[in-house]
Amino acid sequence: MSTTDEWPLWEVFVRAKAGLDHKHCGSLHAPDPKAAIQLARDVYTRRQEGTSVWVVRSDQIVASDPADKAMLFDPMEDKVYRHPTFYELPESVNHM
Amino acid sequence: MAASVRLQLTPDVRYVLRIADTCLVHAQRLAEWCGHAPVLEEDIALANLGLDLLGQARALLAHAARLEAGGHDEDALAFLRDERDYFNVTLAELPLRRGGADFADTQLRCLIVAAWLLPLWQGLANSCDRELAAIAGKAEKETRYHLEHATDWVVRLGDGSEESTRRMRAAVGRAAPYVAELFDDDAVDAAAAATKLGPPASALRKAWLAAVQPVFADAQLTLPANTAFRSHGKRGVHSEHMGFLLAEMQHLQRAFPGGVW
Repeated sequence: MSTTDEWPLWEVFVRAKAGLDHKHCGSLHAPDPKAAIQLARDVYTRRQEGTSVWVVRSDQIVASDPADKAMLFDPMEDKVYRHPTFYELPESVNHM
Repeated sequence: MAASVRLQLTPDVRYVLRIADTCLVHAQRLAEWCGHAPVLEEDIALANLGLDLLGQARALLAHAARLEAGGHDEDALAFLRDERDYFNVTLAELPLRRGGADFADTQLRCLIVAAWLLPLWQGLANSCDRELAAIAGKAEKETRYHLEHATDWVVRLGDGSEESTRRMRAAVGRAAPYVAELFDDDAVDAAAAATKLGPPASALRKAWLAAVQPVFADAQLTLPANTAFRSHGKRGVHSEHMGFLLAEMQHLQRAFPGGVW
């Protein structure tokens, strides 16, 4: 992926406000974890996007193989019964 | 061309302008890196630092204009003064990217200035001038980050590869003669201390050393001893670099008076 004189790649996750989850918002190059946090702050939270930042080395993420997409995900296409849409909900929980 | 403004320079106005102009000129130098930093991420980081400093300068210039009460606004103060009416420390105007300076000078400058601004903002938080105290309160958070960012870089470069070490040591040699000015007192400082407007320059030295010495130790750098040389930017007597910096910084407002976005 990279040559030895290039900084490693990090994935950046930003939490917009307390209570919400961290969302993946991009990636950047940085020499170490502390610099990655600082640069993530400088690159991805310049416009008040966040109150918390996570970074993780991109090479530490284990991802599914795009070639396995058909095997892994297509079988779910015709299994609508897995969606909880066949229940009658009482009025009091209609915000679901 | 827009004519220069002349100011009624009381000690209070001078005191505020010294800080405002140091932030303004430091921001201008950092802005020169925009599009040129070694990596994209640091390019954005340096632009952020510059914009923080510009925001601090803006607030202080607007306040200086109110104190001066000559009917000038922050833009007139930023762009329409003559060189001798700028009172930034000389260190802030020295080249950062051109003229023999490089990325090491840049991070070292950020460290030296942030370690100086931090105790200054903390002292100003107790100013008798509530507006100045409010500006300082906001700026302190920004400067804390600047100090941390620069600290990491100075250690990384100073205690890094053979070349980064050589360059950082050369940068220390270039900056060192201009550090003494940061802590020199004169009548402006005495007046500010007496009226509780803000701390005199000499009062910042202890905190500055406490911030910078451990960084230099980690970075395998030594602080050069003071010499007899003194720079006098704070009195309006600048280096040969200042005129070129102002020519570039003032060009638009001089050529298109009152121009706005």
